[in-house]
Amino acid sequence: MTEFLAPFLNLFPEAMRDVVLILIQSLIVILPLTGAVAYLTLAERKVIGYMQVRIGPNRVGPRGAFQPLADMVKLVFKEIIVPSQANKFIFFASPIIILMAALVSWVVVPFDDGWVIADINAGLLYVLALGAAGVYGVILAGWASNSKYALLGGMRSAAHKIAYELAMGFALVGVLMASQSLNLQEIVRGQDGGIFNWYWLPLLPMFLVYFISGVAETNRAPFDIAEGESEIVAGFHVEYSGMGFAMFMLAEYASMILISALTAIMFLGGWLSPFQGTFLESAFAWIPGILWMFAKISILLFLFLWFRATFPRYRYDQIMRLGWKVFIPLTILWIVVEGVAVYFKLGPWFA
Amino acid sequence: MSFIKLLFFIFSSIAVLSAFRMVTTRNSVHAALYLVLTFFSTALVWLLLEAEFLGIVLLLVYVGAVMVLFLFVVMMLDVNAAPLREGFIRFLPVGATVAAVMIIEMSLVLGPKLFGLDVYPAPAAKAADYSNTAELGGVLYTVYVYPFEIAAVILLVAMVAAIMLTLRRRPGVKYQDAAAQARVRREDCIRMVSMPSEKRAGATNEGEGA
Repeated sequence: MTEFLAPFLNLFPEAMRDVVLILIQSLIVILPLTGAVAYLTLAERKVIGYMQVRIGPNRVGPRGAFQPLADMVKLVFKEIIVPSQANKFIFFASPIIILMAALVSWVVVPFDDGWVIADINAGLLYVLALGAAGVYGVILAGWASNSKYALLGGMRSAAHKIAYELAMGFALVGVLMASQSLNLQEIVRGQDGGIFNWYWLPLLPMFLVYFISGVAETNRAPFDIAEGESEIVAGFHVEYSGMGFAMFMLAEYASMILISALTAIMFLGGWLSPFQGTFLESAFAWIPGILWMFAKISILLFLFLWFRATFPRYRYDQIMRLGWKVFIPLTILWIVVEGVAVYFKLGPWFA
Repeated sequence: MSFIKLLFFIFSSIAVLSAFRMVTTRNSVHAALYLVLTFFSTALVWLLLEAEFLGIVLLLVYVGAVMVLFLFVVMMLDVNAAPLREGFIRFLPVGATVAAVMIIEMSLVLGPKLFGLDVYPAPAAKAADYSNTAELGGVLYTVYVYPFEIAAVILLVAMVAAIMLTLRRRPGVKYQDAAAQARVRREDCIRMVSMPSEKRAGATNEGEGA
């Protein structure tokens, strides 16, 4: 994959080549990701607009196509206001923490067979651990702002992230049992053989729990109680303006895309074609795997937007109940069911 | 000095410094954050030791769960640090003595005589496809299965006990029953009354009063 870079890399001294290569690979992932985030905000406003029989943004560029650029320019040039008595260091560090946590997980995401920056064995655990680190950005932003609403948002976020992280972890245990590997590439290869071999079918409850917990983890509607504009103004980022706010938004959308990518990898066959094993397989064989991956990510992202347009926000106690009393018991039950299936080597999945 | 050695010195000095700052800082939220930094750099040191499973689990359990709860509590409590610092000078000799004894003991046990490179030669690096996780699982569920299960049961008992401590029924406290709320049907809340429409007394125009 990286052979074509060899002439460029030879310009550098031997010891630096690995570092330069990793930097280039990171840029190859991060730059398109930032673009995707920008246009996801436009897509969100357009999709929700059409669902609510509005047009959505349509002033900047043809059909509003340059709206994200206008938003970006506005956010960059806005004044940054620091609340009095705020803890300055943490106030400025927390958007950076949350953005870093949203970006570093991409290092293990395979876009196609072998197209991954770090092919590490414990990829699944790595993703889970760094997803957990993101919650610090929210809690610290809430605390450092020295504002009641922000603190309430941070507290809510801490409590509900803990709950949904457990459900997510249990869902991942199910994937681990089915694929017998923590390596994300191995997990995709384990689903080889058509749409019914993907893990969404044997792990259907876990698929649903994982995706819904992912929506909760990224603070998206209907689980956006950390922001809750009707109750606590804007929650944890109420005191942020300009670039600080932009970084929170960037992190939120980047982690939405990440959750969609992980769901696609673990339950929807990653880069594999959905027509494998059917008569259409050869007809669609020319499509590269990365496009299938992007198509799956886009469908899941559309679901995020759809949820936001459709569902009213959950009440706080209902979120807690759903997380602790419904999702966690459901995943534990399904781990037992799956254990039985693995023992009897059921179907094409556990053979 | 190889690159890995350099990384080791960076991570371990960050770990030691942040542990020191955690004890000395006055702000309790800062102390919790320094502890997070300590865990983080320790996990990185473990990664350098090729213990990637343990390193990531350290992040997952301590940084991801335990410290979040710690921060939660520390932010909610308004701890006044001043009374905690009273008598610092008075307890200093005792503390210093305990610290000195511990340092001497640890240097006796962990010195180069017992743990030097000639006693424990550096293990050969494992191949890239060597799975730390699978090896740990294999050992835990075969050789050490009884200690492992006993530890799990003890944790379960602790969990049940902790839940029991919070379960106290106080009379007069109203709870919301979410299941009952979700089960509610239209017929329970609304009574449809069929009434004949009536004309307003003295109405002259049909359709007025709408």
